[in-house]
Amino acid sequence: MSLAKRIIPCLDVANGRVVKGVQFVDIRDAGDPVEVARRYDREGADEITFLDITATHDNRDTMVHVVEQVASEVFIPLTVGGGIKTLEDIRRMLNAGADKVGINSAAVFNPEFVREAAQRFGSQCIVVAIDAKKVSNPGEGDRWEIFTHGGRKATGIDAIEWAKKMVDYGAGEILLTSMDRDGTREGFDLPLTRAISECVSVPVIASGGVGNLDHLAEGVIQGKADAVLAASIFHFAEYSIQEAKEHMASRGIEMRL
Amino acid sequence: MSSVAVIDYGMGNLHSIAKALQHASPDVDVQILSNPELILQADRVVFPGVGAIRDCMEALNQTGLTEVIKESAKTKPFLGICLGMQALLTDSEENSATQALDILPGHVVRFPEALKDAAGSNLKIPHMGWNQVHYSAHPLWDNIPQDSRFYFVHSYYAVPDDKAIIAATTDYPNTFTCALSQANVFAVQFHPEKSQTVGLQLLHNFLHWDGQV
Repeated sequence: MSLAKRIIPCLDVANGRVVKGVQFVDIRDAGDPVEVARRYDREGADEITFLDITATHDNRDTMVHVVEQVASEVFIPLTVGGGIKTLEDIRRMLNAGADKVGINSAAVFNPEFVREAAQRFGSQCIVVAIDAKKVSNPGEGDRWEIFTHGGRKATGIDAIEWAKKMVDYGAGEILLTSMDRDGTREGFDLPLTRAISECVSVPVIASGGVGNLDHLAEGVIQGKADAVLAASIFHFAEYSIQEAKEHMASRGIEMRL
Repeated sequence: MSSVAVIDYGMGNLHSIAKALQHASPDVDVQILSNPELILQADRVVFPGVGAIRDCMEALNQTGLTEVIKESAKTKPFLGICLGMQALLTDSEENSATQALDILPGHVVRFPEALKDAAGSNLKIPHMGWNQVHYSAHPLWDNIPQDSRFYFVHSYYAVPDDKAIIAATTDYPNTFTCALSQANVFAVQFHPEKSQTVGLQLLHNFLHWDGQV
């Protein structure tokens, strides 16, 4: 008996609709986040993450409404990330039924925000999202830095030091995305994942680059991740969550089947 | 129609638990309550909680709900969840020793640092995710398969003085107590409201439990 590794499907939501094309054969409205969440829940997702990529403030109300609807019928942990900048943003999402919030650029601009959020709401609901990119040259020891603005803006902050600092400030979990791998379908940046996971005491979710089921297993086995997050491989019914879990279990990973 | 009061003492998200209770048993009147009289009128009581124990105890004292919880725990089916379980014990190591409600004699301690998992990696704290629950017979486990996985997120756990009140255990990697049962009081460390089918079944069982073991 031991703790299972988690699979977390991620939905990118803009103005209340799932974007990046989710397509399921037996879903009436492929763009409805509530329907997609319901489907992932049935397939055995261990948690669900919503990434709000809405551009305008007004449309954030739509995200709150999506969370409310999902939370009233899907009884697994829900995380909402994207545009969380104030304690009031967090309070609204938690009240709507989210269990955790992901804080990304707001943490970079103001690390104290993470401390305040953890003190107010508890570390268990504060996920710090880290977007990291390799900055070392070939032949040098591996080194990664934090990037903002979707990987376009360097901050000069070392990823490992940043992860440790965020845990000290009260992060209960780290969502680690490799900006080098995101969207490539070449697999996680395993050295990055392992380096972060081994230097912090809290769980680490690996993200960015999943193209097949072996990538998920490698994230846990080589990357030492506690959970794996993926979006596109669960789109277009390429793989179901159930298949992914069975595959990981066949590689010797403890899963909730 | 029977009723259940979810105690609102200003901490944590009560909507998840209320929604899950309603989903588990649509025929039950689920109310989020902070009024002591109304709580005492309800047929059943759920005592949830997340966050740190000192904040929890301060919030209970400020809202005057301590006595209501003690009274409810004597008289009606009572379910403590997560921090709502830990607060029922005598005291907790958290926040440099905090006195708790002492309804279930025992202590709350932190997972030891520097433990290793089966693969030799450092064990993460908080204990977060789906872990197996090994139970001993109780009506609240009805229709739940032995060793089912429930969702946990916590860094502290209960150590009761009387091992006879242990209702279930989990391994991380050492065996710890994840559920307690004493007469009409039942308490769980995991989150049934976030544990999908098995969690809803446990809530359903609670909403139909007469408080007898």
